[in-house]
Amino acid sequence: MALYFFYFFASTAILSSFFVIFANNPVHSVLWLIVTFFSVAGFFILVGAEFLALLLMIVYVGALAVLFLFVVMMLNINFAGLRSGVAQYLPFGILIGLVIFIELILAFVPWDFKEQSFNNLSSPINLSETNTVALGKVVYTDYFLLFQCAGIILLIAMIGSIVLTLRSRPDVKRQNITEQIFRDPNSSIEVKDINPGEGI
Amino acid sequence: MSENLKYLTPELFLVIFNLSFLCVMLFVKSSSILLNCNKIAALALIITAVLVYFNHVDANPIINGFYTSNEFTAFFKMLILFLSSVILYLSDAYLKKNDLLKYEFPILINFSVFGMLVVISSNDLMTLYLGIEIQSLSLYIIAAYRRDNLKSTEAGLKYFILGALSSGLLLYGISLVYGATGSTQFHTIYSAIMYTDRTLGMQIGMVFLLSAIAFKFAAFPFHMWTPDVYDGSPTPVTAFMAIVPKLAIGAILAKVLFDVFGGISDKWQLVLVFLSGGSMIIGSFGAIAQSNIKRILGYSSIGHVGFALMGLAAVSPEGLSGFIIYLFLYSIMMLGIFAFILNMEKDGVLVTDIYLLAKYSETNPATSFAFSLILFSLAGIPPLAGFICKLYVMMAIINSGLVYLALVGAIVSVIGAFYYLRIVYIVYFSESNDKLDANIPAGHLLVLFLSSTAIVVGTYNLLGIEPLTRAAAESLLY
Amino acid sequence: MSFFETNIGILAIVIGQCFLVMLCVLASLAFIMYGERKVWGLLQLRRGPNVVGPFGILQSFADLLKHVFKEIIVPTESDKVVFFLAPLISFVLALIAWVVVPFDDGWVVSNINIGILYLFAVSSLEVYGVIMGGWASNSKYPFLGSLRSASQMISYEVSIGFIIIGVIISAGSLNLSEIVLAQKSDYGLLSWFWLPHLPMVFFFLVSALAETNRPPFDLPEAEAELVAGYQVEYTSTPYLLFMIGELSAVLLMTALITILFFGGWLSPVPSLPDGFFWMFSKMLLFFFVFSLIKGLVPRYRYDQLMRLGWKVMLPVSLGWVVFVSFMAHFKLLNYARW
Repeated sequence: MALYFFYFFASTAILSSFFVIFANNPVHSVLWLIVTFFSVAGFFILVGAEFLALLLMIVYVGALAVLFLFVVMMLNINFAGLRSGVAQYLPFGILIGLVIFIELILAFVPWDFKEQSFNNLSSPINLSETNTVALGKVVYTDYFLLFQCAGIILLIAMIGSIVLTLRSRPDVKRQNITEQIFRDPNSSIEVKDINPGEGI
Repeated sequence: MSENLKYLTPELFLVIFNLSFLCVMLFVKSSSILLNCNKIAALALIITAVLVYFNHVDANPIINGFYTSNEFTAFFKMLILFLSSVILYLSDAYLKKNDLLKYEFPILINFSVFGMLVVISSNDLMTLYLGIEIQSLSLYIIAAYRRDNLKSTEAGLKYFILGALSSGLLLYGISLVYGATGSTQFHTIYSAIMYTDRTLGMQIGMVFLLSAIAFKFAAFPFHMWTPDVYDGSPTPVTAFMAIVPKLAIGAILAKVLFDVFGGISDKWQLVLVFLSGGSMIIGSFGAIAQSNIKRILGYSSIGHVGFALMGLAAVSPEGLSGFIIYLFLYSIMMLGIFAFILNMEKDGVLVTDIYLLAKYSETNPATSFAFSLILFSLAGIPPLAGFICKLYVMMAIINSGLVYLALVGAIVSVIGAFYYLRIVYIVYFSESNDKLDANIPAGHLLVLFLSSTAIVVGTYNLLGIEPLTRAAAESLLY
Repeated sequence: MSFFETNIGILAIVIGQCFLVMLCVLASLAFIMYGERKVWGLLQLRRGPNVVGPFGILQSFADLLKHVFKEIIVPTESDKVVFFLAPLISFVLALIAWVVVPFDDGWVVSNINIGILYLFAVSSLEVYGVIMGGWASNSKYPFLGSLRSASQMISYEVSIGFIIIGVIISAGSLNLSEIVLAQKSDYGLLSWFWLPHLPMVFFFLVSALAETNRPPFDLPEAEAELVAGYQVEYTSTPYLLFMIGELSAVLLMTALITILFFGGWLSPVPSLPDGFFWMFSKMLLFFFVFSLIKGLVPRYRYDQLMRLGWKVMLPVSLGWVVFVSFMAHFKLLNYARW
């Protein structure tokens, strides 16, 4: 049963990643990318890592791909124009692709998995715990260094995007909401007694 | 676990300083603190260096095998921390002049330095990857730091895209090596390769890994980004990129080669010979047509990387020690050069054209002399330190029987001497009407003169670092 | 071995359960729609629907028929596949979320370990229906509406996530039934999570409104500016699917509030028995609150909405996570129920 699901997810993953590359419309590419993410989440469920599967959905599909979609929709790039030089670079690209492809075949034909990697595969965690608990226990103990480093990478990315995009324009008037809320009528409204025909 | 944290004291200090500095600076409005944020961050780096000096040293991997702390890492860490703090100090004036002085700059530099500390200490391919990412992500950002400048944004983007490609290569290489050996930890992979697993897949993984590291090191087939990025980035950032990451990446390259793939040095020696020879040739020929000093230094750094790699290609303790000495002296020389370049100004605007240096010697004889001395040393003119370290790596490579590589190095350094000496010629003899401004801050002069003194004194005993590099090399080779 | 223990039998049971839940949800949607319109009517001193059936109770079914029998109009320059995919996604996502919602102890189609995460994932996917619909219509107003909606939903998802994390820390589980059971005690409604997490109840309510594009945060479909937002080009059944999807998402949010903060199917008074009734009436209560808000609160301006999301909701809910972790770590005031 699980095997059929595996083949199902594997084929959708491969097919949809092909469509990501070959779709003419970039928005369609992103949508196919989402299908790919879904299939990969399916793999995680098949190996019993439901926590990772849903994390993949939340982070990649729910947030990242939305932003991709957002950007691709907004950009309105002339993709036909970008493709105009393809014929010129194609032979060289194909050559490099071919070399890497042959390398891959050379690497995988005599491939021989080390027994150790199979041991790693077959769940080093305690099966009596849910995998959220198990993951938490590993991530915050054995791998805390890597976990924190990954956190720092995210922090740097955040600082970077702010540094490169935040502009303080002194000439723009901004709304200060706290100030508005704490304004009181006594200081902001002045009552004047005006006689008819005299003006202020 | 917590007993392991004592090994992390310097890194923890640096990160905690960075985080708290970030939070505090958000609310600080006082301009005197804002103006001195570079110096505060530099001070933190110095303190970290002191902590590294007093840090615990352990021959065995720590923190579940993810990390190491030994003489080798301590040597490189202190060097990096010291150099970065000097560069932070040097960049102060430039940033103020160009209205770029924001507290994020020193924070990003410090994070980058933290990444390098992690890289150097890593004993696991995952730690290596994360360290390299921290290090280079900060660099991408500060390369594009002058965001209103087209060249700077271009530099940042180019660096980012090519860096992302190299990260992809790195990850792919790691996954192949992991699949073939069943571990990501250096010593486990080492013993696995030593005894059983010399499959082709593992070797291809190794080549991917080395390519990715060569990318970050700006070695020959992966050097394309270097001139553009060096040219486009703000000059202090160029100084930082040209000096500090080279040390960190060099250290980890040596470590990966000897600690991970030490058992199959016959397989990677040829790769390194290729990287080294190509880099030397590109480095010397590429710079000939350039007149922008930052681009020249870009090519120069490619060439020097080639010479340094020669030491690794020798696959011997003396070669490794030569490699470390080369990187050390290279960074000292570059520091002096950049202390000068950061002050190449004409009418208060920073310039990079070498022809504007014409007759600089008439206004500033002492500075010109120190500057020329460093250029001589970079060119490898005997008996300066630049020559001695070239001699070291060449001796090592000849002893390993790769005479042709040494020959290439010798020929190429003669060609490369041309463009260094051309700058010296312009400084002393070229005719020109418009002159550069001649005021260089005392601190910058001090760095320049110290650097040139170091390369003269270094001819006597290499500043006494030779035994240190021996110890470092031995701790790497067991 | 009986039929119900074979693979096919299990499959049949699961499909049957799914259908049952789906039918119940869809049927209750019809009446809830009616109820909502009645509430607005009362708020605006109108009668509301009162023609079809006794008290107008069949109004929703009349609307259903009206929508279904209308002609489907497809804009010529639109991206046809995506155009029809969008309402389907919106509809399907709104329904599949219900499989993990426990209506009573054990009354749940799939009692998975990470139910809350599943719900969060599904509600974060709901943005796709909106954004795809807006883009595929190939028209300015729908596009602007979908862009607004995308950024709005992403912004508020973050704070919803943090609020949920706070509750998870207290409950010690990601399983929805266990979250409810963690609130069970002899003190009835005093031991539910609304008390220890009081500020977050309001934050969650506001975020839920924004996440489901309900007033006062219905900027994606602000009539005055964008005609009807991403729905401008939709007619007939696709439009209906969008409507159902949206309403079902709202209902899901009420279920989520009930489960997270108000003890799900637990009875508020210790002596009364727990049961489905409580869950249902709590959901109704919160739906009533949602309807009231729609009738009473004026629409936000877009920059105010974003400011509220990123500068108020996010820092406060993040701070709350830290606070709850602190309390839970030192086992203070019964914050940690594990």
